[in-house]
Amino acid sequence: MTEVVLFIIFAAVALAGAIVMVTAKNPVYSAMGLLTTMFTMALFYILLDAHFVAVVQILVYAGAVMTLFLFVIMMIGVDKKEDTAETIPFQRGLTVVIGLGLAGVIIMAGRQAWITGNTAFSAPDLNGTIETVSDALFGTWTVAFLATVFLLTIAAVGTVALAMFGTPQLRETESEEGQ
Amino acid sequence: MEDFIVAAVKTVIAFALLFTVVLILVWAERRIVAFMQNRLGPTRAGPLGILQTLADGLKLIFKESMTPDRVEVWLYLAAPIMALVPALLIFLVVPIGAPITIGGTEYTLQVTDLNVGVLYVLAMSSMAVYAIALAGWSSGSKYPLIGSVRSAAQMISYEAAMGLALVPVIMFNGTTSLAGIVEAQGATYFGFLPAWNIVLLPSFVVFVIAMFAETNRAPFDLVEAEQEIVGGFHTEYSGFRFALFFLAEYINLFNMSALTVVFFFGGWQGPVFGPTVVQWILPVIYFFAKTFAIVFLFIWVRGTLPRLRYDQLMSFGWKRLIPVSLAWIILAMIAVGIRRFGLPWA
Repeated sequence: MTEVVLFIIFAAVALAGAIVMVTAKNPVYSAMGLLTTMFTMALFYILLDAHFVAVVQILVYAGAVMTLFLFVIMMIGVDKKEDTAETIPFQRGLTVVIGLGLAGVIIMAGRQAWITGNTAFSAPDLNGTIETVSDALFGTWTVAFLATVFLLTIAAVGTVALAMFGTPQLRETESEEGQ
Repeated sequence: MEDFIVAAVKTVIAFALLFTVVLILVWAERRIVAFMQNRLGPTRAGPLGILQTLADGLKLIFKESMTPDRVEVWLYLAAPIMALVPALLIFLVVPIGAPITIGGTEYTLQVTDLNVGVLYVLAMSSMAVYAIALAGWSSGSKYPLIGSVRSAAQMISYEAAMGLALVPVIMFNGTTSLAGIVEAQGATYFGFLPAWNIVLLPSFVVFVIAMFAETNRAPFDLVEAEQEIVGGFHTEYSGFRFALFFLAEYINLFNMSALTVVFFFGGWQGPVFGPTVVQWILPVIYFFAKTFAIVFLFIWVRGTLPRLRYDQLMSFGWKRLIPVSLAWIILAMIAVGIRRFGLPWA
């Protein structure tokens, strides 16, 4: 019962955040709306006893990604009036249709195949989320995990290499821009 | 139902404890810094001036909370609350004493023990940056904006170092629950040396440095460098709203000290003896004694070191702390591997 009440409250907050994100005129308020939604997503994960995923959600999305968003928004400046003229005709009507269609598909899929099983609101299992995730990552899917690690490392090293050993011409123009 | 009551009582006690501790902290900091600078500090209100903070707090509550003309009102009003909430939330996972058993039921002296406690702490401390960034931006004034941009960059940079510093601790103790980390430090070396995580000295050093940066205190207090940018992000705040920022800052100071104790100094561990009640109280006393020792370190550093320049701060964070902690993680990983699986050639 408690879980249902909490779910309804958080769901309302998440929806409110999403609506604010889409409708706010000021990008900073949009970012705050998205932050609210991401934070409530973490609370949903907690309701599903996935504490590790919840904390990672806050740490990565709410903590790191949104901070960078906000930083960029503040840096670029929000004083400039955005051009909000709509160029695509029937944009709003189309949005409603696609949104309702997507919701319908999700609800139908949920009724067809309940992926998590019917045990979503069960007794809390506090001792196992990290172990379960790490068993999957370092046991079952080691190769895929290592491949992802290599991809990310290559991307990071590549960026550093480009910055350090790029063509002299490129570096010159960049340093001029920097000054 | 009983769980709810226990949780509610614990939460109320935790909050009351934090606010009381802040009263003492602010007074202690003013007195200690004063002594270091050959002054006396506040002495008038109460014995040794200990009620000074209470008087200042009351003054701030009754002062007018000004709202400047050019602020973004909603975010301006939300920012102080967003500063205080993560500060209060972090303390919920800190164990302040050994579990006590009353009438067959065991009560832990921490509000809740998350099995992802370390990550929760990092997540909450990463939320603190929003309050400062938004406060500076929504004030609609240049000095707060400069202060908040500085703080956002600083906190993001040092958060990485802080997280990396904790990896060896997690590997060493094999758990991310704070209660588990404290329990893992209960053993002794050679029968008398406490097996605290302080043996992971590089981690400790990196963590403490990152901690100074995360709490925006000297020598990393560029966020509110008075000589350059007035008060930084809280320049446009007054009255109770300023008091909330102030409160959050000192609660964070206490939280970070408590976490240092939990991660590196064995939390509430210490020699326990005597009747049951004394056995309950002693760990709490050990915990607070250690925590206030770390708080003293904070104040000592503030009274000693000058403020860094901004580029020094950034290059120190990215070019020194992070590589050092990465190298240390690899060393610690090898050590933990040898401890668990034996030497590779043996």
